[in-house]
Amino acid sequence: MASRGIRDRVAIVGMGCTPFAEHWDKGTDDLLTDAAKEATASAGIPLSDIDAFWLGTMASGLSGITLSGPLKLDYKPVTRVENFCATGSEAFRNACYAVASGAYDVAMAIGVEKLKDSGYSGLTGTRPVTDGTDPQLTAPASFSFLAPAYANKYGVDTDEMKDVLTRIAWKNHRNGAVNPRAQFRKEVSLETIKNSPLVAGQLGVFDCSGVSDGSAAAIICRVEDAHRYTDNPLYVKALSFVAGPAAGPIDPSYDYTSFVEVVRSAEDAYAQAGIVDPRAELAMAEVHDCFTPTELVLMEDLGFAERGTAWKEVLAGTFDRDGELPVNPDGGLKSFGHPIGASGLRMLFECWLQLRGQAPPERQIATVTEGGRKLGLTHNLGGAPGECVSFVSVVGSEPSA
Amino acid sequence: MPAGIVAWGTYLPYWRLDRKAIGLTLGSPAGRGTRTVASYDQDTTTLGVEAARRALAGLGGADGRLTPQSLLFSTPDPAYADKTNATTIHAALGLPQATSAYDFNGSARSAWGALHAAGVLGAAQPSLAVIADLRTGLAGGAEERESGDGAAAFLMAGDGAAAEIIGHASSSAEFLDRWRVPGDTDSRQWEERFGEGVYVPLAEAAFTDAVKAAGIPVDAIDHLVVSGLHARAVKAVKLALGGDGAKLAPDLTLLIGNLGAAQFGVALADVLERAEPGQIIAVVSLADGADAAILRTTDALTTAQAAQRAAAAPTVSEQVAEGRTDLPYATFLTWRGQLRREPPRRPDPDRPGAPAMHRSDAWKYGFSASRCLVCGFRHLPPTRVCVECKSIDQMEPERIADIQGTVATFTIDRLAFSLSPPVIGVIVDFDGGGRFRCEATDADPAKVQIGMRVAMTFRRVYTADGVHNYFWKARPITADVNTTEVHTTEGSN
Repeated sequence: MASRGIRDRVAIVGMGCTPFAEHWDKGTDDLLTDAAKEATASAGIPLSDIDAFWLGTMASGLSGITLSGPLKLDYKPVTRVENFCATGSEAFRNACYAVASGAYDVAMAIGVEKLKDSGYSGLTGTRPVTDGTDPQLTAPASFSFLAPAYANKYGVDTDEMKDVLTRIAWKNHRNGAVNPRAQFRKEVSLETIKNSPLVAGQLGVFDCSGVSDGSAAAIICRVEDAHRYTDNPLYVKALSFVAGPAAGPIDPSYDYTSFVEVVRSAEDAYAQAGIVDPRAELAMAEVHDCFTPTELVLMEDLGFAERGTAWKEVLAGTFDRDGELPVNPDGGLKSFGHPIGASGLRMLFECWLQLRGQAPPERQIATVTEGGRKLGLTHNLGGAPGECVSFVSVVGSEPSA
Repeated sequence: MPAGIVAWGTYLPYWRLDRKAIGLTLGSPAGRGTRTVASYDQDTTTLGVEAARRALAGLGGADGRLTPQSLLFSTPDPAYADKTNATTIHAALGLPQATSAYDFNGSARSAWGALHAAGVLGAAQPSLAVIADLRTGLAGGAEERESGDGAAAFLMAGDGAAAEIIGHASSSAEFLDRWRVPGDTDSRQWEERFGEGVYVPLAEAAFTDAVKAAGIPVDAIDHLVVSGLHARAVKAVKLALGGDGAKLAPDLTLLIGNLGAAQFGVALADVLERAEPGQIIAVVSLADGADAAILRTTDALTTAQAAQRAAAAPTVSEQVAEGRTDLPYATFLTWRGQLRREPPRRPDPDRPGAPAMHRSDAWKYGFSASRCLVCGFRHLPPTRVCVECKSIDQMEPERIADIQGTVATFTIDRLAFSLSPPVIGVIVDFDGGGRFRCEATDADPAKVQIGMRVAMTFRRVYTADGVHNYFWKARPITADVNTTEVHTTEGSN
């Protein structure tokens, strides 16, 4: 029994990503069509050449017909997947396995979410019938448990903690400000972030990711076929997914300063990709910054900083776009909002641009252009601290030696 | 010969409305003092649960001999019609399936009927009477100002009574004094001098008959409780029966309001908490007629009082002295549905499902966890697979409702739906193991902190599509109260 991975067996040969925005003039069908159209154009193949599809959406549609209908697919297999906030990444992971297995030559992973049509603040969704005993806390409240626990454990005082969280939001907005696909394309001052109205615990409005609509897609084929479509494919090095036992909320030993699921999925992914020192080997990471303390804790869970030190690294600018390891160079969930099914593929899209040297000069990262690093990481988590799912992928611009 | 009172418990809510706040808002004098206010997440059922938990809290050493075989619940303001509310209380107390549970809903008079019936049933087997009232009235009116919310519970049994019922009498009459059409929040009252004229002779008759049945001289009475919603008639009866007033139980209405159906119960409990063995207590209740009972305390009273202290169940006077008196009048009006406020832009909560609630009734109502028989790990909610050792179906149920805990961490949720935002979320680690994430209530968001000690309290979390969603919340044990400055007036008022 082992998690062996499929390093360098499949590659991404085309991608598309819509702007993430309040698309009042586009429905789910339009967003899917836009992303699929851009991805196929990018790979230079007609839609009819794609053998199978994996569609990720949490609540914008049920079944494969959500995709096959608008794209008028010619009786192809379409699998609709849902796995909380890792939904888009799950579509990608399963499409990769289908191609690696030899079952299909070319597959598309596509994710979409139309959040803005609900008319409500924050995320909503339909839930199974329950006995009414689930806590009524919102997502920001669930994640806000992290901040005081982390500060308490590592002796960070409340004001300092607020500065750390503020800087994470500031950094991601700064990155998003120069990205035409981002929902929020303005820098936001530290003062504005720090003084924004409180939503939950220590978290203000600017500590929370936005709410937007969007779609993104990737076309995957076997590595040996990749150069038929592009001169510079993106190689899939690792795919890891973990669903935890949801023990945190019932186990007194859980201290709300880490996501065990992330630690496990990162270990698995690094083993698959042959990564020993992620901070030194990765050119960039796109991580799930749903709320600012999430990104802080992820820096440690993903092995980018020693335990108890990420807050100092954040303040030192280690994860800035021009830092030692750029994290969320595209602006992250903070600037893009979080259309659930699309986010994971949007992260891959940034790796697609940056690692292959296609990001515009004003936001190109030096770890690639000067550092010569070849690997990028994407990460999603869904659920809440102590009870979540976690996805980690590693992709690279060259086959491993 | 009916049974006597073996144990009792009362519940006065955490919140008080300062009558001055009414006057300041409405620009009209509203008197002084405070009234008790059930929180936004309480109704008569949950008030009753809290009183009943306290009544049963001190019976740990009784080896189940005193487990109630009947539960009689009475309130003029039932949470449900066409669905028994007593079964909710029964489930929240974790009583055996074989214990019967009945509602005695209707007017304040039904409350006496429930207690009397529990006494009759109690002669054969322990029976629990639970009485609760939640009184609202119209803004600026006398009922809003003068009434209050609270509950009392009495465990009645043939043996071991702390107070034996040695005489009982009733006088019934049909007359229109106070009435309310179902669905209304306010009751109406006829010109009060009419009611006074009818009530006083009815009360005197019931009292005289009860004293005669008890076979005691009137001057043997050590404590006299007279209660009823008709304040003028109550005052007149106190004057007629109370002699120089020295025997009159303290009038608490200035501080807690008139608790309606629960008034005589709370007053009687207060007397039991300060009485001595071998004393005579007379209770007279004015409600569409009059009822009177004569009780004699026994040596078991001392034991019962000690058991109450040992179980940390607060006395009436302790509860009267506590309470948050800074409740804004606008918040009171909001909680009572008198002021319709803009809700957050969030979906309404889902109606819980009947089958799901029924499957988990031991958890949802009884707050019963599962403890792993292999490794001892305690799971809230109960699970079949152990999170620690992964054993499957090696669990025993364990009631956690009365176990205290410590806040491991917390958050203030300003986005979540609530009638009283913000929602306080806490992670509670229970004494003896087990962790649960839940809401905190009766707490000041500014004072919640890691390490805070909490107890569990049964609440109505929300109502969706007419379905009340009951569950447990954590409340601080050491309430951050601002003790009221108004003092009890002894004797009649």
